[in-house]
Amino acid sequence: MSETSTPTTRNESEKPTIIEIRNFDFAYGDSQALFDINMDIKEKEVTAFIGPSGCGKSTFLRCFNRMNDLIDIAKIKGGEIKISDVNIYDKDVDVIELRKHVGMVFQKSNPFPKSIYDNIAYGLRIQGVKKKSALDEVVEECLRGAALWDEVKDRLNESALGMSGGQQQRLCIARALAVKPKILLMDEPCSALDPIATAKVEELIHQLKKEYTIVIVTHNMQQAARVSDKTAFFYIGKLIEFSKTDDIFMNPKDPQTEAYISGRFG
Amino acid sequence: MSAKKATHAFSKRPSRQKSFETFIAGFYRVATYLVIIAAGYIFINIAWNGSKAVFTTKAPFINIAFLTQKPQTLHVYEPKEIYNELKSINAQIVSTKAKSKALGSGEKEQIAMFKADVEALEERYEMLDEERKEGRLMYSDSEYRKLDESPSEELYAYNNYAYSGGGIGPAIVGTCLLVAGSIAIALTLGVLCAVYLSEYSRPGRMLQAIRLSIMNLSGVPSIVFGLFGFGMFVLFFGWGVSMIAGWFTLAIMALPVIITASEESMRAIPKGFREGSLALGASKWTSIRTNVLPYALPGILTSSIMGIARVAGETAPIMFTAAFALRDQLPWEGLKEPTDFFFQGVMALPYHIYVVSAKIPQNEYTRNMQYGAAFVFLFIVGFFALSSIVLRVKIRKKYKW
Ligand SMILES: Nc1ncnc2c1ncn2[C@@H]1O[C@H](COP(=O)(O)OP(=O)(O)OP(=O)(O)O)[C@@H](O)[C@H]1O
Ligand SMILES: [Mg+2]
Repeated sequence: MSETSTPTTRNESEKPTIIEIRNFDFAYGDSQALFDINMDIKEKEVTAFIGPSGCGKSTFLRCFNRMNDLIDIAKIKGGEIKISDVNIYDKDVDVIELRKHVGMVFQKSNPFPKSIYDNIAYGLRIQGVKKKSALDEVVEECLRGAALWDEVKDRLNESALGMSGGQQQRLCIARALAVKPKILLMDEPCSALDPIATAKVEELIHQLKKEYTIVIVTHNMQQAARVSDKTAFFYIGKLIEFSKTDDIFMNPKDPQTEAYISGRFG
Repeated sequence: MSAKKATHAFSKRPSRQKSFETFIAGFYRVATYLVIIAAGYIFINIAWNGSKAVFTTKAPFINIAFLTQKPQTLHVYEPKEIYNELKSINAQIVSTKAKSKALGSGEKEQIAMFKADVEALEERYEMLDEERKEGRLMYSDSEYRKLDESPSEELYAYNNYAYSGGGIGPAIVGTCLLVAGSIAIALTLGVLCAVYLSEYSRPGRMLQAIRLSIMNLSGVPSIVFGLFGFGMFVLFFGWGVSMIAGWFTLAIMALPVIITASEESMRAIPKGFREGSLALGASKWTSIRTNVLPYALPGILTSSIMGIARVAGETAPIMFTAAFALRDQLPWEGLKEPTDFFFQGVMALPYHIYVVSAKIPQNEYTRNMQYGAAFVFLFIVGFFALSSIVLRVKIRKKYKW
């Protein structure tokens, strides 16, 4: 855990594991979507999931905060996911506490049709925080954290739906930060954004990395290369290759990975 | 090609399909106009006849007595001479017509003569009728009792007509109470049920079956609901013919519409809002309460209030459960205990209209009452519909996406 100034890729191996996935099998009804996945996600790193459409990236990501519980036919076939050494599918795990710990940003930005302020305050309000000063503080802190404060500080009480697409997505990130998660899951957060808004979100991810563990799904190879420390390549429900981003993009070990990265399929 | 018309790449080309389309559009238009004309005729008819009872030519222009008083018997004194003459003319007309009918088809001259006779008589009748209307005296029960002495029997012929005097005050109050109470019950039950069906229940055969039976329930004739309410609330629960029995009967009748509409408006809320709040650590109910119900509310309110207003116009469900033909106390008058309020029968406009138009002999005096009540009833239903629209617009403004 030495805090040297060398590039992050150099000292990752020393960071502690925060998410530990062992022999994980997952199915929608009768069709298995994930096969025997093993992976260690390190603290305060950005991990990117890449792979062709339908290979199970979103499914896997949604297992980390148990969003798949909402789908009736979804079922864990075997294995386990441990976050901070707790099996999150244990019977005595409170999903609500888990989701406070593991925040999520969705592909389609989904700000609530309320004011900007209310959007950020939502996560605290449902926990029973009512004090205006406490809420004010968190709202400002989160908006600053999401590099949005300067753009919206004069219109906090306007509807969040009046913001641009990129602002809305950063608002969703800010909203997720408000409940003080340790881990942030992002499912294609930039897929609906233009290059400038994308750049801003990526910039934000760089910032957030200092405090949060980030797992990001992306279809954009350059984006994975730009923002992530480690990259995992999935293919039809299997984890094909997982290592440092530089290694994956420079000299992939698996021929499928290489084919995908060089754009020969996917 | 030559001199006819300049053509270009986009000039119109007639084809069978196009003319068929024009025809279809025209057909739809005609059908729509027919509906509008029919509805317009009904409204204008009720408004025209009803306004005679509801509006007056004098100062406040609204017949307050009609809107507030209880229904009473109407006591009518008509000038005796005219009354008798009208009677005899009527008899003559009838007998002349009968004679003319008895004649064979060969005797054209005779028939023409009789016809002329009848026309002359009818003309005279109409003239006298006008005079009669000007000369008559009309009293409702309360006015009648206040009279020092009744008009002399020598000059006037006396008749009385039940339900034709006074006003419809208790019926208006009763209808409003019935509607308000059943809205409250139906909305609560219906929304709870819809939340369960759309948010909590597991999709599958069972759910489909439940949905289907709920929808079928809305096709059950209202008289069946009336009988059910009578058996269940009036007899089995022993509530008697009472407001609360009417509330539940009407509410149950409106439930299918409310459940279906509420469920639909809840399912129309994007999944993203639910996921968004769940991912922030909201419990399922919190997420529904804060991020589904508020946005679904406009839809729920509109369809529900419309549904209830429609149901509240039904006569059959309250006929056995809640409505009295005549009750000369307002619901808050003469209560021994506060709970009696719920267990008393009330008058209601639809049932009142039914009684005055189907249960008593028809004449010009009941007609006023019928149309007046129908007109006021239209107004009340319109008011409920309008309030639902206003509510929806207000909420919609607050939550827009
Ligand atoms: N709710 C669901 N019910 C049943 N099957 C599902 C469901 N969601 C996803 N699947 C299936 O699981 C597989 C993986 O889907 P997933 O959404 O995880 O892919 P993905 O890698 O995120 O794709 P994309 O890049 O297009 O988002 C697909 O075959 C998909 O059809
Ligand atoms: Mg996906």
